Formats: sequence, C-alpha cells, structure tokens
Amino acid sequence: MVAEPAKVDPMKQFAIEPIAGTQGWELAGFNIAFTNSAMWMLVTTVVLFLFVLGGMKRELVPGRWQMMVETFTGFIDNMLEANIGKEGRKYVPYVFSLFMFILIANLLGLLPLGLVGIHPFTFTSHFTVTGVLAIISFSIVLLVGFWKHGLHFFSLFVPHGTPIAMVPVIAPIEFISFMVRPFSLALRLFVAMMAGHVLLKVLSSFVIDGTNAGLGFGALVGLPSFILMIGISALEILVAGIQAYVFALLTSLYINDAEHLH
Amino acid sequence: MPQIAQLAETWSSQVFWLLIFFGITFFVIGRGMVPKVMNTVAERDSQIAGDLAAAKAARDAADAQEEAWRVKENENRAAAQAIVAKAKDEAAAKSEAKLKAAQTRLDKKLADAELRIAEARTAALTEVESVAVEAAQDIVATLAGVKVTKPTAAKAVKEAMTHG
Repeated sequence: MVAEPAKVDPMKQFAIEPIAGTQGWELAGFNIAFTNSAMWMLVTTVVLFLFVLGGMKRELVPGRWQMMVETFTGFIDNMLEANIGKEGRKYVPYVFSLFMFILIANLLGLLPLGLVGIHPFTFTSHFTVTGVLAIISFSIVLLVGFWKHGLHFFSLFVPHGTPIAMVPVIAPIEFISFMVRPFSLALRLFVAMMAGHVLLKVLSSFVIDGTNAGLGFGALVGLPSFILMIGISALEILVAGIQAYVFALLTSLYINDAEHLH
Repeated sequence: MPQIAQLAETWSSQVFWLLIFFGITFFVIGRGMVPKVMNTVAERDSQIAGDLAAAKAARDAADAQEEAWRVKENENRAAAQAIVAKAKDEAAAKSEAKLKAAQTRLDKKLADAELRIAEARTAALTEVESVAVEAAQDIVATLAGVKVTKPTAAKAVKEAMTHG
C-alpha cells in the first residue's frame, strides 16, 4: 500500500477566506468581507484589551498582571523618552498600540491552534496590513514634521555640516532614503513573519512526507526536521518580539526626526 | 503567494478591518487605558518619592534633636563641672584661711610662752643674784666678821657670776 502524498502547501496559510456568508459585504463599492484575517485582527484586539484591562486595577502595590502591563507601558515610555525626549510621551498611546498590536498578532499566529482545528492567521504576514501600519506611522512623521517646522522640515534632507558643494548630491540621497522608510518598515515585518511561517511549513512537510516514505526516511529526514522545527519555533517567538520592537523603535526614531529634525 | 494573488479582491477588506480594529486598539486601549496605567505608575512613583522624602525629613529632625540634646548635655556637664570646681576652690580657700588662723594662734601662743620663759628666767636670775648677794654678805660676816655693804657684795657677786 502506497501512502498518499501529503499535500502541504506552505502558502495556503496566507490565503484569505471570507467567513460564512460575508463574501458580498460592500462599502461604497469596496469589498469589506469579514475574512479570517479580520477575525484574527478582532482576536488580537480583544486579547490586547483583556491584557491591558488586567493591568487597570490601579493598585498601589501591583499584582503580577498589573506589573506586566506596567512593564510594557514603561518599556514604550522609556523607549520614546530615550529616542525623542520629553516630547516623546505624547506618542506613547500610538506606539504602545502599534507595538502591542503587532506583538500579539505575531504571537497569536504562532500558536499551535491547528491541533484543535482552528487555523491561526498571521495578518502581519500580509504587506497590505503592514503597509497600512507603515503608512500611518509615516503620515504621523510627515504631519508632525510639517506642523512643527513648516517648510523648514525639508532641512531634514541636508544633514548638519554638509559642505554647500555637496548639497545637490546629498539631498536627493537623503530624500530617497526618507521616502524608502515606509516601504522598509512594511516589508521588514511582512518578510520576517512570512519567511518564518513558510520555513516552519516546509519543515513540517519534510516531517510528514519523510515519515510517510518509510522508517529510514523518517529517521533520516523527519526527525532532524522535527528537532529543527522546535528550535525554529523558539526563534520565531523571538522574531515576533523583535519585529514588533523594531517597528515601534523605527517609528519612534522617525518621529524623533520629525520632532527635532537633525 | 496569496498576498499578491488575492490582492485585488482582498485589499479593501484588509485595509477596512485593519483600520477598524487598529482604530479601536488606538482609541480605546492606547488613548483610553494606557494613560490610566501610566498614571498609576506615576502616582506610585510620586508616593514612593514622597514617603522617602518624609522618612528623610524625619531622620533629619531626629539628627537635629540629637545634636541639640548633645549640645545641651555638654552645657550641663560644663555647668556641673564649673559648680564642682567652684565648690572645691571655696573649700580650699576656707580651709587655707582656717589653717592660717590656727597657725597665727599657735605662733602667738609660742611667742607668749617664749616671752614668759624669758621673763621667768630673768626673774629667777635676779632672785639667784639677790640670794647670792645675801649669802655672800652672810658668809663674809660670819667668816671675816666684816660687814660688807650690799652694793659691794652685789658687785662682787656680779663679777663672780659673769666670770663663772
């Protein structure tokens, strides 16, 4: 008897499917079907809400949960104060939302809920989503920059101490590097999340196919792949945190540019 | 790659729901709840700072009181020592005066006694002399049958007494 070849499509996990009958929802001619992606955004929001709600007991001597929430807000607060200074505090709500939203989305996407029949969907592995977040961050930078400095904001493209002769060369380079920011911001997160998930899926197909091909292949290919998966899963948890941190950190650095120019 | 393959049909729903849920996250959690959490932290920090300041103030007050007590104690001790020294001096002066008075009295008594002794000796000598004069008159009268006048006898006695 020949084992049926397993069909593990590493890309299927990124497929978007509308949930029960919302396929036709439209708003002003645009499709707004409530998809599995939207579902996990909802879950992320609810989880984040419950997490922060647990930290709202406002006790003088905090419990563990409150301590944890305060650690996160303090972490964002410190990051903004270190990168922007005192003016950075007013961005705490935005950067905190951004960081926690991405972090929880990344972590939820890694949960092994497939074992109980629920398929986690990592919406941060879609550049549509990361792109919107990056555009929001970039818009804040532009708004703050032009609001605070007016047209003087363009001096951002001429770093201090640039010789006059070099300005025509430096300014376009600075301009391009500035305009690339939202793309690098969006693509970094999307690529990191997608790569990790594809890698895990590919390795899992090695485990399944290798084991199905017989004991020898199972021991030679399946087992090492499985061990590697465990390690990479741990790595992915780290990446989930690091990418959320990088997104928030870069956002705060860009806001710093807008606040203080150079 | 579904991200690209499904882009045309899904981008609007992705953007829409992301804006909805990230908007809820930002306005409800970020704007509504996070400032409260941070206020709690700030309140706690200020309370701790206040408590520490109060403790420091209490310690400073205790130090000041101890210092004041020490100064007072030193003053008291100095005053006590002064009193003791004064009493000692007074007692010494008094006893010295008493000793001096006693000494004077003794000296006077001694002088009186010496004077009396000298007088007594002089008187005795005078008596011895007059007795000797009378004796010399009697002896001369008895032996030589010559009557010697008293001044002559006295002169002879005085000569004999001074020559031994």
